[in-house]
Amino acid sequence: MPEALILLHPTDNVLVCRETIAPGTVATIDGEAVTITQPIEVGHKVARVDLRPGDKILKYGAPIGSMTKDTPRGGHVHMHNMQSDYIPSHTRNASGGAA
Amino acid sequence: MTAPFKGYLRADGRKGIRNVVAVAYLVECAHHVARQIVQKSDDMDVHLIGFPGCYPNDYAFKVMSAVTTHPNVGGVLLISLGCESFNRERLKSAIEASGRPCEVLVIQNSGGTLSTIQKGREAVERLKAIAAETPVVDMDVSELVIGTICGGSDGTSGITANPAVGRAFDWFGAQGAACVFEETGELVGCETIMASRAITPELGAALEACVQKAEAYYTVMGYGSFAPGNAEGGLTTQEEKSMGAYSKSGAAPICGILQPGDIPPTGGLYLLDVVPDGEPRFGFPNISDNAEIVELIACGSHVTLFTTGRGSVVGSAISPVIKVCANPDTYRKLSEDMDIDAGKIMEGRATLDAVGQEIIDSVLATAAGQRTKSEAMGHQEFILTYKAFDPLGPACLPLKRA
Repeated sequence: MPEALILLHPTDNVLVCRETIAPGTVATIDGEAVTITQPIEVGHKVARVDLRPGDKILKYGAPIGSMTKDTPRGGHVHMHNMQSDYIPSHTRNASGGAA
Repeated sequence: MTAPFKGYLRADGRKGIRNVVAVAYLVECAHHVARQIVQKSDDMDVHLIGFPGCYPNDYAFKVMSAVTTHPNVGGVLLISLGCESFNRERLKSAIEASGRPCEVLVIQNSGGTLSTIQKGREAVERLKAIAAETPVVDMDVSELVIGTICGGSDGTSGITANPAVGRAFDWFGAQGAACVFEETGELVGCETIMASRAITPELGAALEACVQKAEAYYTVMGYGSFAPGNAEGGLTTQEEKSMGAYSKSGAAPICGILQPGDIPPTGGLYLLDVVPDGEPRFGFPNISDNAEIVELIACGSHVTLFTTGRGSVVGSAISPVIKVCANPDTYRKLSEDMDIDAGKIMEGRATLDAVGQEIIDSVLATAAGQRTKSEAMGHQEFILTYKAFDPLGPACLPLKRA
């Protein structure tokens, strides 16, 4: 059975989740056991190394944005802690009236 | 290596894989009448297309001309209200010049709604009879034009379905088919990598300029080409989505840039520039996926490869859509809509090359007449709105013969 987290390119600092990961799951990152503390869905990203604000995120070997918050190895990397270097992403809350 | 399939030989020399009669409304005011004609015809090869606007637009005219003279089209009925700006006589002339039969009904001169519907149904029967006489001849893989689009992308799209389409594109391009990828707004962040694949340095610069234009345009719009579902599926940024989308283009050299309605002058890989030129005037470049599919069809696409992670269900009028599902969970939820399960790559049950081959086989089967899932279920979406383009620069089509 393949690993739950896959590395797309050797230079990447994030891994991609291949099957849903429940909190408390022990995953393998670069040969070491790392406990995943958050639920991670298929297609989502996990930090391969400890990440700092301003770090460029590499996926497919290409830059896909920058970190905005500290995130430990094994942490979920998504809109709460990283952003585009081009155009901001929006969510469904972008319209439909103020929450 | 591949047995040729049969195609419909049009009088203009192009070959189609379907024999569709298109019923086109030329303003929203004629939409209901046109739709009734199509529905009452009760024939899955009579398709509804149209343009809703009352104001003139060169782009809309060009796309409508290209779609109504598409090789899959064997005849056209135009439904006009009568007072709209669309130049119905010029469109009719263009269709007839391509050797296709065309009839026009003007509602204001045809007795109104019910009378026009009745006359339209009779016209469709006449057009079908003429289209049925179209010669059926051998058609080679190299005569295909294949488009690709992604919709409802997620974090699996760029790992499974998109690169698998890239594998298929590399194969079709090597056979001499024309392959078209698009949505420059979803190439933001990939411009430098993409430019390095251009067959001339000038084309490379034009490819980069295309993406820069898209970035500027979407910045004015206030939203990138990024939907909430993309984020729910694990994509965080525009450039991350772009890297995944870009992989649909495969690894072949890029031969040129097209605008909607331009036919690829040779086989090989082309980028379709879908973002308007000049100051943003008419809103978002493409308001949803089907507007892009229409543009791919306007460039002659016989088949469109549609990759989806979250799970789109659409098809299109005129040319069949093959749905390649990137996400294994989505495939299990929506298998009735999906032609190909690329999500099995995610689960280690298939390789990219194996799914790429499945896509090739599916295109060839579709070209040979097999209905795709969306086609068989009657999906015939069609959207055409306003845009403005400047003429293509000389660097964009290095292979076009003068």
